[in-house]
Amino acid sequence: MKILIESLHKAFESRIRLGIMSVLAVNDFLDFNALKDYLDVTDGNLATHLKSLEKEHFIGVKKSFVGRKPNTKYFMTKAGKKAFDDHLKALEKLIKSQR
Amino acid sequence: MKDDQHYIRDIAAMRTMMERSTKFMSLSGLAGILAGMYALAGAFIAHKYLYTEGRLAGLILLAVAVLILAVGSAVWLSWKKAAKRREKAWNPTAKRLAINMAVPLVTGGVLILILIANNLFSLMAPCTLLFYGLALFNAGKFTYEEVRSLGLIQIALGLTAAYFTNYALLCWAVGFGLVHIIYGMYIHYRYER
Repeated sequence: MKILIESLHKAFESRIRLGIMSVLAVNDFLDFNALKDYLDVTDGNLATHLKSLEKEHFIGVKKSFVGRKPNTKYFMTKAGKKAFDDHLKALEKLIKSQR
Repeated sequence: MKDDQHYIRDIAAMRTMMERSTKFMSLSGLAGILAGMYALAGAFIAHKYLYTEGRLAGLILLAVAVLILAVGSAVWLSWKKAAKRREKAWNPTAKRLAINMAVPLVTGGVLILILIANNLFSLMAPCTLLFYGLALFNAGKFTYEEVRSLGLIQIALGLTAAYFTNYALLCWAVGFGLVHIIYGMYIHYRYER
């Protein structure tokens, strides 16, 4: 049981971070506003969670300009994909073991 | 330690997030029912007054009116439904849906103009069904799955109408009218209550 819990990554304890990873798993790129819409969170809250995922190198940032307005797009890194998959597998095992 | 209920809720949240960000779920079943009714009314008027006598200008005007009413209702109701779900209607999923429908629809529209220019009127109604069906089949990946089978039905009706041109208007009324109403009710009862 203990081993299973440990394989659940701490970064995914927050449901918002889990949400960010979920939507980036199925979309190649998403900008800040799209993420905000899907997750229904405030700017500051989202920015904090994005920062912490970025620090873990789970997501990457791509900055560009749309006209003269800066546009920041987020994507999932390979490390992030692996961590997310592992987390899913751990969840699956955990639920199976409870049956 | 967190209990497993917590993780089950985590999984449910992830599922919703993934669906929300890839599929346009603000499409309204009610709009389908309304579009079906406009189509039935339009087909009735066409059958009674225009189709047999071949009054082309009137027929085109009627078709455009039905189209504007149907698309207008769909956009308006989707916008309302999105607002209720606290989402923006015009989000990346809506854009993806629109682009994937636009290619077959614009192709069909241009082809119908070409048909008119070449006096091939009997193929007009079948073509609307065919290209609308193709657009829906394509759209099924980006919204409710059921839209895919709706597309297949429209394609089948379109092919039938193209072969039995005498029944083209009937096929059109079934496809755009009846089938829309049935699917609209299904979507409404399955997803909107």
